[in-house]
Amino acid sequence: MFPASFDFYRAHSAEEAVSLLGEHGADSRILAGGQSLIPAMRYRLAQPTVLVDINQMQAANYITEENGELRIGATVRDSDLEFSDLIRTNYQLMSDVSDVVADPIVRFRGTLIGSLCHNDPSGDWPAAMLAARAKMIIQNKDGKRVVNADEFIVDSFTTAVEEGEMAVETIWPTPSKNTGASYQKIERKVGDYATAAAAVQLELNEDGTVKEAGIGITAVSYVALRVAEGEALLRGQKVTRNLIKAVAAEASKMADPIADGRGSAEYKKEVVGVLVAKGIMQSLERLGRKVEA
Amino acid sequence: MEITLNVNGQEHKVDVEPRTLLVYALRENCGLKGAHVGCDSSSCGVCTVVLDGKIPVKSCTMFAVQAEGHEITTIEGLGGGANLHPLQKAFHEQHGLQCGYCTPAMIMSSYALLQHNPDPSEDDIRRGLSGNLCRCTGYMNIVKAVQQAAADMRQPAEAAD
Repeated sequence: MFPASFDFYRAHSAEEAVSLLGEHGADSRILAGGQSLIPAMRYRLAQPTVLVDINQMQAANYITEENGELRIGATVRDSDLEFSDLIRTNYQLMSDVSDVVADPIVRFRGTLIGSLCHNDPSGDWPAAMLAARAKMIIQNKDGKRVVNADEFIVDSFTTAVEEGEMAVETIWPTPSKNTGASYQKIERKVGDYATAAAAVQLELNEDGTVKEAGIGITAVSYVALRVAEGEALLRGQKVTRNLIKAVAAEASKMADPIADGRGSAEYKKEVVGVLVAKGIMQSLERLGRKVEA
Repeated sequence: MEITLNVNGQEHKVDVEPRTLLVYALRENCGLKGAHVGCDSSSCGVCTVVLDGKIPVKSCTMFAVQAEGHEITTIEGLGGGANLHPLQKAFHEQHGLQCGYCTPAMIMSSYALLQHNPDPSEDDIRRGLSGNLCRCTGYMNIVKAVQQAAADMRQPAEAAD
């Protein structure tokens, strides 16, 4: 199908984009990669009356690392992350996710910030954002505010970005050398939504105990979830088989999936725990550590 | 809206609505039927064209107005007739198709892949083409065709070494 009609504007700065969004109200949307928005418009699930294209906004196309943080602009595409040596070397979780988001062609166009703003309950990036403790900078006509992942992710397809606002930058803490991460995803085929997926990031102390843990799960509820109880179980502990089982059980307990062609609710609830366990094990392996008996 | 699309090195002045998808502008306004329409859900990749010499895009998931200012390459721009591009020649020789519906996009996606990775492994090719669906074949001959074309396209550089 063809999308419903809309008026098309090109914004060349965040200020211009925010001003256009303010002028046109709730039915106006930012158009970045468009890889979720355009299909939604074709199905008439979304019918914005105004699109503000930001693709020519050169100043938004940056990946910079400084002072222990990675800053990414609004037009950075998944493929920019996939092919970045910096990301591959220093940001294991982001690197893992950028290899499996959608399909290779979509990754050349889709943006990280666009995916986060779309906030699909089966999306890959929201789970990673939760596990990595990332933040979003949101701009409106009065200025900017910083929102952490837990506040940013509000509900299915709903984020902290309000009418007249634009997400302009996402900030990911630079993991320490003692940090291992892993993204575990089951999908029926490339390009399909995840059947279930888990993002895990573990920072260890010198003695091998867990300093900080981040776990996000997706496609198993109305929105991506942070497995806070599981993270708390890991903190300060040596990672044993029994501990992994307990953390996996916390993920399964939180999951409230719906049955569809990808699997029954029971299966998804079970398998998301398995994915969390595999994610913990791979995070440790990547640090050259083994699970304690 | 009056826009100018640069397709295969030629300028096309076209009058489109903002909602006109690039694939329809190419097919209906520019008369280039090589980019096909398949799934209507951005899944199948048969509409793949190349932007700025190396970026593969699904032309059903981009508005024509967004392609203004970019160089668009479609299968018609790669070659034809007696002047087949090494990829077209290889798909022919390796029989990398059955019905042919996915073939132009398969070739454009392969073209972009080879710009990024001139010497891909079989796994790189299978991964790189995983956004393009073929419902006839088992992909075996498609992979072989891309391997042959990659070798052909590397040859001048290797000969110069």
